[in-house]
Amino acid sequence: MNPIVDREKGLIELGRRIEELKTLSATQNVDLSTQIAALEAEYAKIQQEIFGSLTPWQRVNMARHPKRPTAAEYIAKLDAFDELHGDRFFRDDPAVIAGFAKLRGRRVVVVGQQRGRDTKENVRVNFGMVTPEGYRKVRRLFELASHLGLPIVTFVDTKGADPGIGSEERAQSEAIASCLYALAESRVPSVSTIVGEGGSGGALALGLTDRIIMLQHSIYSVAGPEAAAAILFSDATKAPEAAASLRLTSDDAVLLGIADEVIGEPLGGAHRDKDATIELVLNAIERHLAELAPWTPERLQEARYRKYRQIGAWRARTAPSEQGPR
Amino acid sequence: MPMPEWLRSRKGAQTEEPAQWMKCPSCGELLYKSDLKANHEICMKCGHYFRMHAPDRIVSLVDGDFTELGAEIEPGDPLGWVDKRPYPDKLQSDREKSGLSEAVVTGFGAVGGFTVGLGVMDFYFRGGTMGTVVGDRVALLFERARERKLPVVLFTASGGARMEEGMLALMQLAKTTQAVERFRRDGLYYIAVLTDPTTGGVSASFAFQAHVVVAEAGAAIGFAGRRVIEQTIRQKLPENFQRAEFLLEHGAIDMVVERPKLKETLVRLLDYGVGAAQGASPNGRAR
Repeated sequence: MNPIVDREKGLIELGRRIEELKTLSATQNVDLSTQIAALEAEYAKIQQEIFGSLTPWQRVNMARHPKRPTAAEYIAKLDAFDELHGDRFFRDDPAVIAGFAKLRGRRVVVVGQQRGRDTKENVRVNFGMVTPEGYRKVRRLFELASHLGLPIVTFVDTKGADPGIGSEERAQSEAIASCLYALAESRVPSVSTIVGEGGSGGALALGLTDRIIMLQHSIYSVAGPEAAAAILFSDATKAPEAAASLRLTSDDAVLLGIADEVIGEPLGGAHRDKDATIELVLNAIERHLAELAPWTPERLQEARYRKYRQIGAWRARTAPSEQGPR
Repeated sequence: MPMPEWLRSRKGAQTEEPAQWMKCPSCGELLYKSDLKANHEICMKCGHYFRMHAPDRIVSLVDGDFTELGAEIEPGDPLGWVDKRPYPDKLQSDREKSGLSEAVVTGFGAVGGFTVGLGVMDFYFRGGTMGTVVGDRVALLFERARERKLPVVLFTASGGARMEEGMLALMQLAKTTQAVERFRRDGLYYIAVLTDPTTGGVSASFAFQAHVVVAEAGAAIGFAGRRVIEQTIRQKLPENFQRAEFLLEHGAIDMVVERPKLKETLVRLLDYGVGAAQGASPNGRAR
């Protein structure tokens, strides 16, 4: 069970009582304003306690919250969307939603990793874990975007690439490596948004972009906290400790020079006000696309090269740098 | 061209080593170390391939000198990482054990007469994991080879991205991919040799971005680790799963080569790609 969901329960119950009192007060014409005010104050206090300052592990659970808006919900708020399917070789992976879209009137290619909202959906989309076919669909669309000169917009939300027998047989590594390559060579602006969990190479396959946006309670990590705990502490139950060590929060991503922008969430998380969150995200993406729109393909590629070339190069005694056109 | 001291000491110096025995992890046979070295570090009894140290691999490939590149780029502790041990301690003990400063050695040398940018990863240093230094050195190798218009041969051996450097490590997949892409865009030639093991972030980036992907016989190659898959599907995997031969059968790699034939195979592959440019004679040997 997701601990955040547990902690939320009391809050939701309190909210219901406040509503009941309000209804009672209105219909029975009794003055309950003192009681209501007291409960509302308590509600705000608990809310602040729970969500005011979250530990890294709590933020992992916030990123995984079952009610958190998924890629499909962001895509549904675009002005238009025409889904494109399939990798042309094997099958269509439902864990990737991709196609042509209009964002605030701008024609784009959109690609999102789709996590399920309940068990039935999760079975259909393999818990958001993308298979090689999914990554090959992604690569195909990245190449199409470059071909047509359309910007690339991605929504990242996955625990990681699918770790199954079939995925290994069909060369999961090559599939991810090809997505990275396609983004590296792309001649159009690209913006990725980490909306939930950004897990390892399977997330980065959609993330080698000109701009990286993170939602406040999204996470971006080199490895899942459970896997990291199993490897480093030989104990998967030490995931909370691993989560703290991995520096996977949006604040860390800014400090490490990885995220370009963090979008704040309503107190209690994106799911407490989905429409407002989605609106903020789409506005931010559009702002970055508008800024990048006049750039030539050469300028985009050069800036992208420098962006990733310098990440983590801080310790080099002599900083090797590729001199290119400025 | 100066040869690094660690390489000079390995060239033809085997006889000075004290007699040492190695136990084959596969069949348990006790092997005399110098015999093992003479046999390409393959068990004389069962044919098990010992994982090679990067300097030994370089010695086995280059004709003469090797000019190291990026040796001055050294690791730090960007996240102040502590698990069971602080990260700097782990780095220090791996430095002492391996005699290397990081998990990859890069530079320039000649292989069968062809001058190449050569990179060799070393599993004995942090399991060949890729942190910021591995990323920087690999990127630098492709950048310098691009400037000199030389092919790149890269030997991979890696457990994936280095957890102790967190997201900075993951971003090295992006960094190295861009360096490979820029190099390939200029029409240059890249051969990857996947050795045991090549998994995770390295397999999902530059290992599989080569024009020709060669695998050493028996090497474990894959994205997800064997244990992760077994835990996910809750059953034992067949022995040959994720082996080089399995990948060849499934179309993921170009060829599987036995270690004693690796150099001659590389020389032929280099000849097809750059023989005309580097002035090789028609029989495949560079002049």
